[in-house]
Amino acid sequence: MIVADKKPLSELFENVEGCKRILVAGCKSCVAICLVGGEKEVGLLAESLRLFSDLNSKGWEVSEYTVERQCEKEWVREMHQSVQDIDAVVSIACGVGAQTMQELYPDKRILPGLNTSNMGAPDEQGIFLEKCGGCGDCILHLTGGICPIVRCAKSLLNGPCGGSQNGKCEIDPETPCAWEQIYDSLKRLGRLDLMEKIIPPKNWIPSRSGGPRKIVRPEAVLTPEEKETKEGIN
Amino acid sequence: MKANLSIVGYCCSYGGYSSADLAGASRLRYSPDVMIIRIPCVGRIDVIHILRAIRNGADAVFVAGCLERNCNFEYGNFEARKRVEHARRLLGEIGIEKERVEVFNVASNQGWRFPEIVDEMVSRVNVLGPNPIRKVGK
Repeated sequence: MIVADKKPLSELFENVEGCKRILVAGCKSCVAICLVGGEKEVGLLAESLRLFSDLNSKGWEVSEYTVERQCEKEWVREMHQSVQDIDAVVSIACGVGAQTMQELYPDKRILPGLNTSNMGAPDEQGIFLEKCGGCGDCILHLTGGICPIVRCAKSLLNGPCGGSQNGKCEIDPETPCAWEQIYDSLKRLGRLDLMEKIIPPKNWIPSRSGGPRKIVRPEAVLTPEEKETKEGIN
Repeated sequence: MKANLSIVGYCCSYGGYSSADLAGASRLRYSPDVMIIRIPCVGRIDVIHILRAIRNGADAVFVAGCLERNCNFEYGNFEARKRVEHARRLLGEIGIEKERVEVFNVASNQGWRFPEIVDEMVSRVNVLGPNPIRKVGK
């Protein structure tokens, strides 16, 4: 899932300055799981904005809306009515959700309420760890199911490096060495032979080095006729 | 003691409310400026309940649950402590004194404790002054 963190309230107060009617828009997917952008957090941010407004006589009118997935136009269209008379939307979805909102409502100011961080997973309640770098060329089958691209500070393909000390990374004594974890995992799996396999230099074109990425699933792409029919239905 | 204070106390049935009840039965005196809201467990309290009370003009809000490790629902009072801390952080960011919000742990047989809690909150409000929201005349 996509992991994000809250922006400081002071930054949001500054960003909405000059707007009167504000919509706080949340998302019930990833950001709800990482406890920063779901329905509950929408209520909390809206109430914080109202409190700040009352305290400083700003006169903001704050409304709330949370959609199932803010990254999908079908869901975002649900809030069509709520966006109509709004001066600004504070989106507490990830950056993808905020951009989808901007695309659908190009005349509205869409302000990000979160700092989108990474693709990760909950480690324990309230703690989220980055797990995938989205490099576009997965090698988890060679590394015991542990991603060296994102979990190794140097993204080494053939590790560990000399900075691995007692199973920890030299950048932070709290951070486990990904290559030690890879070794342990391969040992458990009886595949230590993979440690001796040299992974060649990686092709970074499927990653960000090739610019913004686009994936086309031909079997799902609508023909112009289908689009016309679908739009007609909508 | 100044008059016209407004203190909201979210009290769980088993700890805070029972303590207030015993204080009353024991004819102990405490400030009439406290408005007790009885809830089954303080684990039900969310940050928004605290923010709403402040926005509606409460000078202070306290949450009174069972003693730690003695919650009738096992961990409701731990949850309440985290949420109160969260509310205090948010209030600080918004510009309202976080001392206006506090969490207490009290047992049902500690009737003497409830007036102490109320006195503590009243004296805090006396030091801090009324809720600034009321000053701007929301």
